[in-house]
Amino acid sequence: MREMASSQARDTFPRLLLQHAQVRGDKPAMREKDLGIWQSWTWHDVAEEVRAIACGLAEMGFRRGENLAIVGENRPRMYMMMTAAQCLGGVPLPLYQDAVASEMLFVLLDAEVRFVFVEDQEQVDKVLEIQAELPQLEHLLYDDPRGMRHYTLPFIHDIRELMAMGRIHNRNHPDLLASEVAAGAADDVSVMLYTSGTTGRPKGVRLTHHAFISAARGGADFDGLTADEDILSYLPMAWVGDHLFSFAQAMVTGFTINCPESAETVMTDLREIGPTYYFAPPRVFENLLTQVMIRMEDASVVKQKMFHFFMAVARRSGAEILDGQPVSLGDRLLYALGNIFVFGPLKNVLGMSRIRVAYTAGAAIGPDLFRFYRSIGINLKQLYGQTETCAYVCLQPDGQIRFDSVGKPAPGVEVKIADNGEILVKGPMLLKEYYKRPDATAEAIDADGYFMTGDAGLFDDDGHLKIIDRAKDVGKLANGAMYAPNYIENKLKFFQYIKEAVVFGDRREMVCAFINIDIGAVGNWAERRGIAYSGYTDLAAKPEVYGLIQDCIEQVNGELVGEGALADSQIHRFLILHKELDPDDDELTRTRKVRRAFVAEKYAPLIDALYGGRSSQFIETAVKFEDGRQGKVAADLVIGDPKTFAIARRAA
Amino acid sequence: MSRQIGEVILDLKKVSLAFGGVKALTDISFDVREHEIRAIIGPNGAGKSSMLNVINGVYRPQEGEIILRGQRFARMNPYKAAKAGISRTFQNIALFKGMNVIDNLMTGRNLKIRTNLIQQAFWWGPARREELAHRAKVEEVIDFLEIQHIRKTPVGRLPYGLQKRVDLGRALAMEPSILLLDEPMAGMNVEEKQDMCRFILDVNDQFGTTIVLIEHDMAVVMDISDRVVVLDYGRKIGDGDPDEVRANPEVISAYLGASH
Repeated sequence: MREMASSQARDTFPRLLLQHAQVRGDKPAMREKDLGIWQSWTWHDVAEEVRAIACGLAEMGFRRGENLAIVGENRPRMYMMMTAAQCLGGVPLPLYQDAVASEMLFVLLDAEVRFVFVEDQEQVDKVLEIQAELPQLEHLLYDDPRGMRHYTLPFIHDIRELMAMGRIHNRNHPDLLASEVAAGAADDVSVMLYTSGTTGRPKGVRLTHHAFISAARGGADFDGLTADEDILSYLPMAWVGDHLFSFAQAMVTGFTINCPESAETVMTDLREIGPTYYFAPPRVFENLLTQVMIRMEDASVVKQKMFHFFMAVARRSGAEILDGQPVSLGDRLLYALGNIFVFGPLKNVLGMSRIRVAYTAGAAIGPDLFRFYRSIGINLKQLYGQTETCAYVCLQPDGQIRFDSVGKPAPGVEVKIADNGEILVKGPMLLKEYYKRPDATAEAIDADGYFMTGDAGLFDDDGHLKIIDRAKDVGKLANGAMYAPNYIENKLKFFQYIKEAVVFGDRREMVCAFINIDIGAVGNWAERRGIAYSGYTDLAAKPEVYGLIQDCIEQVNGELVGEGALADSQIHRFLILHKELDPDDDELTRTRKVRRAFVAEKYAPLIDALYGGRSSQFIETAVKFEDGRQGKVAADLVIGDPKTFAIARRAA
Repeated sequence: MSRQIGEVILDLKKVSLAFGGVKALTDISFDVREHEIRAIIGPNGAGKSSMLNVINGVYRPQEGEIILRGQRFARMNPYKAAKAGISRTFQNIALFKGMNVIDNLMTGRNLKIRTNLIQQAFWWGPARREELAHRAKVEEVIDFLEIQHIRKTPVGRLPYGLQKRVDLGRALAMEPSILLLDEPMAGMNVEEKQDMCRFILDVNDQFGTTIVLIEHDMAVVMDISDRVVVLDYGRKIGDGDPDEVRANPEVISAYLGASH
């Protein structure tokens, strides 16, 4: 009840910090490994250091509302600096520490930064490299004094100097900090994060205390996080995910963040800390799995046998046991044995023995990868969100985990699907504005206050959101049903036999597909069946191969029919191309993305044949060989008619 | 650079060394000043490694003397050299391959350990306190050389460049005042060489350690050393700062192989 009463006072991060210093002053707030030993800062220590830094900043003339750039790896002082700037009503602006100087320049200029706080000599050198182009830069602070002895420029300061100055300032003006914190409001901007510039120049996303605290509290309540969690903070501080998990949630719940010794020691540090709450992008999980598999190759025969036997058990029943679904008694017993001999030790090696909740986000995770971690008993879940929404839109509830959806709207978040399939979200966690870009802000938030994510998605029958495509790629079939080409193509490409797929259907009455078989996988399949072939074109035309691909397509159709709005996107006709799509022929980009419009134009006769109801079509295509010679490939292509499934129309 | 090159700390006077009839070093004199980086260069077989071995007492010269901080040593030996603050690395890494990095570095602290075997066996009281203090020192070296991630890896499993770094680490763990480096960059790729150069300069700069090094890579030698002594067939043919040595006609002929 007392908690409820004081919730009024816990609406900004500095107030949260002061409260933790009172309630759990002697519990560890941060740890960092230094000289081989984990050093701790209690909440009380953190509050005192933040006070010293903030007073030092005040002494140097840091102003309310001003941006303060932070560049470095995850270290306790870097996080403290964020709160210190917030205490004075300033806005911390974390930058990616691996950005080169010229990339930093745009952001530092755009945000008119006067104060920069960096980790070490390397980052100091980067700032000095672009110093001439930063007329407004006044103070450059650094954390690690190593190698800094010869830097005598007057505007470069050790953070310790600043803190010493701050302590004196605090003695002379003991009420300053309290009054500055009291002057802060929940609607003030608490942090500015720049979105990566894949689409145009980077934009500064301004998020308020209220937004991040709502997102952090919502997520913490959703997963029942307590002040006893441990988290390893190793992802870039400039990424919204780290700010939510390592900063905002730690501040809201009072758990401990742990900073690794260096980027190379993360694996060891993970084992030593044994976090209870963990967040990583899919590629980290993938790397870990690859390492495990490589090490298993070197293990003794007995261990290998044991590993593979119990992993088969886990694949069969592990995820179901985790979800609390019924599993046969025999499998339960085997799984318990496996836990003793394989899964337990494996989790220990991975540093995942204590994990209660783990999240992944940022990219699509492969079903096998996802299932592997869940099957050995790690509660890995997905979430969906972006910088503009504090990475807080959808979360997967315990026990309702699918690899192909991102869960249900998080508490306090409203999600709706626009007519064009775009996901719109509304809630307390939305951005306040893009920095100095009212045009972009107006474009991103509609009249009803919904943020337009730019992703297209739909809700499945259980109310789980499924992300299917970028909204700008999504079209409509002739009957008005949504059509998401990348989504269908990705489904096809999950099959090892299909290397590339190009689907057509925008403003047409049905969906048809071009397929490229994977010559390695299909060739292997053919050899095992004694099917002789001379090359790609020959293999692609074999009736058996058509049968194989048709099976794959029918499986995809079977999945699509269960996906509501996408049921109309079942593939009605397909053909296997007589040549592989190739960047040399301009059919793919250099990063191997299909250039759909170009392919459609080049193979117009084939598309006509697909939609014209013909059963085969002759085509001759020019190809470039690697040595620059030109040649021609010709074939009489057969068109396959896979089975489609009747759509059960719900009464409107 | 803020470091101040000081007085002569090590002075070699008319040193001659022969193995039977083979004269390895003939009448060589040069000095090393405090805080400087002093390079010894020369073609193969010029007597560079012999020179280092004379300095830390592995070889005993038939003639000449070594004056270390004003103290005369007609006969240096490795124990006395180590006691006097001279440590070294080896051309063919001489680490304990089966031991991990920490243990290898701890051997560098051996000379400073005061407690006896029995106390250490029980790891009690003073022995325990002492080991903790030494371990803290070793951790500082690990931090300095940025090898935290291999702290517990057996040295034999490390790539060559890292083994070289551990070798340097062990020498640093002795907290030497004079560091002898025998071809610290031999067999390294460009990136590893750059790293090693940076560490050598950092050691010199941060701890003020005097460094005597042998190196084949001329670019490296000319870049990082304050003064260079050139040997050829056991005789000294040049001595001075890098530019002087580069312009010395005898040095040029020894290196380009012109007829004598």
